[in-house]
Amino acid sequence: MPSAPSPEPQAVLDHDGTGARVVLSGRWTADQAPGVEARMAEVADAVVGERLVLLDLARVERLDTLGAWVLDRTRHELGTRGLAADFVNARAEHRILLDEVAFRGFQESVPVRRSRAIDFLAEVGGTVVGAGRDLASGISFMGEFVAALLRVATKPARFRITSLVYHLEHIAFRGVPIIVLISFLVGCIVAQQGLFQLQRFGAAPFVVNLVGILVMRELAVLLTSIMVAGRSGSAFTAEIGSMRMREEIDALRVMGLDPVEVLIVPRILALVVALPLLSFLSAMAALAGGGVVAWLYGDISPDVYLARLRTSIGFNTFMVGFIKAPFMALVIGLIATMEGLAVQGSAESLGRHVTASVVKAIFMVIVLDGIFAMFFAAIRY
Amino acid sequence: MLQSHAPYPLPGDREAIIRVRGLEVAFGEKTIMKGLDLDVYRGEILGFVGASGQGKSVLTRTILGLVRKRAGTIEVFGEDLDDLSAGSRRAVERRWGVLFQQGALFSSLTVKQNVQVPMREHLKLSERLLDELARLKIEMVGLKPDAADKFPSELSGGMIKRASLARALALDPEILFLDEPTSGLDPIGAGDFDDLISTLQRTLGLTVFMVTHDLDSIHTVCDRVAALGEGHIIAAGSIDTMMASDHPWLRMYFNGKRARAVLQTGA
Ligand SMILES: Nc1ncnc2c1ncn2[C@@H]1O[C@H](COP(=O)(O)OP(=O)(O)O)[C@@H](O)[C@H]1O
Ligand SMILES: [Mg+2]
Repeated sequence: MPSAPSPEPQAVLDHDGTGARVVLSGRWTADQAPGVEARMAEVADAVVGERLVLLDLARVERLDTLGAWVLDRTRHELGTRGLAADFVNARAEHRILLDEVAFRGFQESVPVRRSRAIDFLAEVGGTVVGAGRDLASGISFMGEFVAALLRVATKPARFRITSLVYHLEHIAFRGVPIIVLISFLVGCIVAQQGLFQLQRFGAAPFVVNLVGILVMRELAVLLTSIMVAGRSGSAFTAEIGSMRMREEIDALRVMGLDPVEVLIVPRILALVVALPLLSFLSAMAALAGGGVVAWLYGDISPDVYLARLRTSIGFNTFMVGFIKAPFMALVIGLIATMEGLAVQGSAESLGRHVTASVVKAIFMVIVLDGIFAMFFAAIRY
Repeated sequence: MLQSHAPYPLPGDREAIIRVRGLEVAFGEKTIMKGLDLDVYRGEILGFVGASGQGKSVLTRTILGLVRKRAGTIEVFGEDLDDLSAGSRRAVERRWGVLFQQGALFSSLTVKQNVQVPMREHLKLSERLLDELARLKIEMVGLKPDAADKFPSELSGGMIKRASLARALALDPEILFLDEPTSGLDPIGAGDFDDLISTLQRTLGLTVFMVTHDLDSIHTVCDRVAALGEGHIIAAGSIDTMMASDHPWLRMYFNGKRARAVLQTGA
């Protein structure tokens, strides 16, 4: 041990007739890494022109894998430059360590360089191909779902009623408060804006028609679908995705259980049942919100509000909204479960698919709503 | 970091690197361990045995500070873990490495990146050294170089154990905690793993705390064995002492059919 141990790694070079001798001292350990690297780089530069280099380890206070690695790497590099380098006076435990790390060349993994433009084009192409593949696999998955549904329909004993009830509770029952609250608020906002704009034409009472038709035809179903995609779609993806990560889906398969039948049919059916119910509650809440605002800001009393609603909303207005709900549910359910099944090994992949599930579901819900709007306009319903 | 310690201290003057006294751990109403005393000496490989569900993992996690204890003291490197400031706690954590029962590799990072996590956090290394050291550790635990760029989901069970061992060794720890490192490996793979542990222990001067069920490991690599039962250490000592014990569970464990088979094959 040196008399005044300094933690810094030190290398003192002295030349004699036959070659260079480098006396190393201090700690050659990972916490001194910058010093370790710098000292050895200096040594490598300083011994240019020598034929023999002896690295004297007698005064090395501590050595760990990092120190041993850098020492052995330097010895090897000197060797490739035609200098014979060797260790002397190494303590037994340092010698074992040096042997253990014995220098080996690592293949550099060379990153492939490409031009930005080509990368961009490849990205665009990849996205388009991905979207196409999504559509194809979505349709094939829907086929699988329908097949499983038919199997269950022919053998009702196979139907998992407990699971359906459980998911109904989680999607429908527990979703009620937030959906009702948001719909109520949106109803208020629509009525308030409608009142302010219509008052300018002296058409304030028509706010009832505006609220009624907008809520029934579009808002209730859209709001509910978006909320359900965010609340339940994401949960489905996360549940099925983490089951996939831990091979639980494979376990089902090898036990002769069909994951689509066990996991997906009950979830999607629960959605298909729950979404119309929730949409109805959402519509009622939004109408109530509109009524409150109409009363407070527009002096339209609840009696008048209800009477005008009755004349402005026909049965077809009601149906236009609610026919859409089960389709929305199907789209949300299929996207959520499909994304769940696409999860691969890592936690990051799970997060990515949950996000994708919600984004895609909301996007498809809005696209579908547009298609329905065109359809109903075409048949003048 | 590697200490320049004496070759192998005699039993009399051995330094307890981990000292647990009067440990009590409970989950809610359920007491898992009570009045547990344990010493782990510097430089030894301690095999820690006990029936499933006795709390071997819980004890390991309690020492590591992942489970709260009800009572008792835990000293590591001579310092009571309860008395440490956040800074000294970090310093202690730098000096131990852990291999979790399930590997616990970060699933979104490659094996190499996993090994680099503690290095980036605790050390100032150049990118070149970071890369080389990670690859070195990966080769030291016996993985093929191409495993470095694989993700955990692409590895077999044995490779996961090795990769997480490489990560546990990233900072050249003084203590290595292994929770059932060889369970789920084939016997040859388990044997290789044992050799690896004992080589590393000799090279790096490690102290190893190894929870295990594997009688082969106990006979081939462990210097000392401690057995957990009924919430405390029922016996601790060399394998011979353990085999001579007349505690019913230990007799079954060390002298049962499987144990005799291991002995006969001359492990
Ligand atoms: N987080 C926890 N909450 C409640 N009980 C637990 C928890 N972790 C472990 N246990 C219980 O502690 C006991 C010991 O578990 P463990 O240490 O995993 O056993 P083993 O000895 O097989 O490693 C078991 O009975 C287990 O149920
Ligand atoms: Mg355990």
